[in-house]
Amino acid sequence: MAENVGKFASFFKNLWDRIVNSKNFPDVSSSVVSIVLGLLFGLIIMIIVNPSNAFPGFIKIISGGFTGGLKGLGNQLYTATPLILTGLSVAFAFRTGLFNIGASGQLTIGAFIAVFIGVRWEFLGSFQWVVAILGAILGGAIWGAIPGILKAYRNVNEVVASIMLNYVAMYLNSLLILKFIYHSDIAKAYAVAPTAEIPTFGLDLLFPKSSINGAFIIALLVVFIIHIVLNKTTFGYELKAVGFNRHAAKYAGMNEKRNIVLSMTIAGAIAGLAGAAIFLVSGKNLDPIHVIIPHGFDGIAISLLGLSSPIGVTLAALFYSALKIGGFYVQINDFNPEIIDIIIASIIYFSALSLFVRKYVLKYVKDRKEKLAEGGNK
Amino acid sequence: MDVLYFILQLAIASTIPLALVAFGALFSERSGVVNIALEGIMLMGGFVGAVVIAAIEASVPAQLAALIGILTGAVVGLVYSLLHAYAAINMKSNQIISATALNLFAPAFAIFMARTFTGTQKITLEGTYKIKEVPFLSEIPIIGDILFKQAFLSTYIGIAIFIVATIVLYKTKFGLRLRACGENPHAADSLGINIYKIRYAGVMISGALAGMGGVLFVLSFANDFNATVSGFGFLALAVLIFGQWHPGKILMAAVFFGLMRVVSSAHAAIGFLDALKLPGEIYSMIPYIATLVVLAFVSKKSAAPLAAGTPYDPGKR
Repeated sequence: MAENVGKFASFFKNLWDRIVNSKNFPDVSSSVVSIVLGLLFGLIIMIIVNPSNAFPGFIKIISGGFTGGLKGLGNQLYTATPLILTGLSVAFAFRTGLFNIGASGQLTIGAFIAVFIGVRWEFLGSFQWVVAILGAILGGAIWGAIPGILKAYRNVNEVVASIMLNYVAMYLNSLLILKFIYHSDIAKAYAVAPTAEIPTFGLDLLFPKSSINGAFIIALLVVFIIHIVLNKTTFGYELKAVGFNRHAAKYAGMNEKRNIVLSMTIAGAIAGLAGAAIFLVSGKNLDPIHVIIPHGFDGIAISLLGLSSPIGVTLAALFYSALKIGGFYVQINDFNPEIIDIIIASIIYFSALSLFVRKYVLKYVKDRKEKLAEGGNK
Repeated sequence: MDVLYFILQLAIASTIPLALVAFGALFSERSGVVNIALEGIMLMGGFVGAVVIAAIEASVPAQLAALIGILTGAVVGLVYSLLHAYAAINMKSNQIISATALNLFAPAFAIFMARTFTGTQKITLEGTYKIKEVPFLSEIPIIGDILFKQAFLSTYIGIAIFIVATIVLYKTKFGLRLRACGENPHAADSLGINIYKIRYAGVMISGALAGMGGVLFVLSFANDFNATVSGFGFLALAVLIFGQWHPGKILMAAVFFGLMRVVSSAHAAIGFLDALKLPGEIYSMIPYIATLVVLAFVSKKSAAPLAAGTPYDPGKR
């Protein structure tokens, strides 16, 4: 009996050692630690504000995304889709050395173009949704190119430029909706025509009664493409080089100005696609309200959590959307859904500290290795 | 003429919060820490300041309530900015990330607290905070009309801080050391200056000023707090860049943007603009587009502090 326990223990020890020594452990573990700390901080706030409901509420936040069986899962994937895309947009720019805070604006422009095509261009018949998506990508690309050009050729800080463009996009969106596609009965834009809605590609059979549609598959496709571009192409290599050291890249003969513009353009295009993913569905109406669409900022959080890798971003987006759904349900326990935003912001803050956490993790890995080496020599 | 005075009075009300926050950004960046968390700090300071003012305004004269609120905002902003300071200075984190975290946390926290305790995210202030006329000084022709009638307490605070800031930055030992930390921290360190302390001071000053700016934003613009400062924190950064990191030019830049904002929000009251019958959103966009245009022209020869944004690592060369 004791022998079996010993075998059990050493099995887990070996597994743990293999995990600890793997290449990505320091980065992933810092991310995980940030998430845990952020969740704990949120729990503390919940306890301070409403102690009796805090623990059931916290459980609800963590589990909310997974209640509801296949329908719930389908809805979670549906919510995650635009987040995967905005996260990817920010992550792509980040990998190339740029901070794309303008994802919200690019998303908004993309959304408007998609909805406009969806409402007005019914003559396109069953290709309407394809054209709408392409229009969104184009709109987002242009909106991303502007800060890119300003940064490459006029040295304008892309953070400030993107933020300004977020506001311009918000007002432009409002203005254009009111002018062209406004439905006064509901005080929002018209819903898109059925031929403009993204088809479900059979996903509604897998996840019955949920809102999921083909946009999820499109998003995964984009993740795959970006992963290949960043890691397997010369183009991606050049973009990353410019991101690491603009001057060194120039010295090596790369056209860093063109690459900066291209990076922001691609990031903008992905964010524009996110806009199409949100609004080319039945029952969603674009709002001319003077509020910046939040998915862009969520994308920043997701990109940081996902360590700016396309796969990481996908996982982070799924986690984030689960939290958001949990946050929606936690209202039953008498908490406001903003607690989720507090948790997310805390997670990001702790991930900013992650460099320090990494130091401790690396030390731990080193100590484990030394212990093992000693154990082997005994 | 009245319209001109009206525009200028409003412009000054717009300018001061912007200028104050930009001065804060100046101190932080001159010490070497990029602080894009100003938006969040403004919001935190504005939120707590608004709560305090709303709580005491019934029992205390208006201007005193405003002053207490402003001081509260400054303290809150200073404390909140410590989070960014700790991450950027001690933890050597990416300063953009920790600042983004603060920007995301502030509105979430404000809305959450407001809705938990009052059921709504808006905090309304009942009193009026305009100073109708300052005795004696408003009799001065022209300047009296612009600066001392229909003014806010913020105007005078702003001018005072501008003078103090310029003196501190350029005429004191502390100011010299601050600027040294931002240009070449290794050289400064070799002379015995404590980089960490100075940078903490820089960020804390920026936090206090941003918190103050947040309260002034609430008082001057909306008379209520609705979980946003309309991108002022980021506009302040643009003002900093436009002002080439120099207090005098920053003030002028802030006046420029203040005028833009006034044109955008008061366009209905300006005769010839109203006649154009342009949709309101075009006017709202003007300050932001103007910022972009200005930045496009000004950013080429950047006078940014050399070491801004780089965490100080004593081991590096």
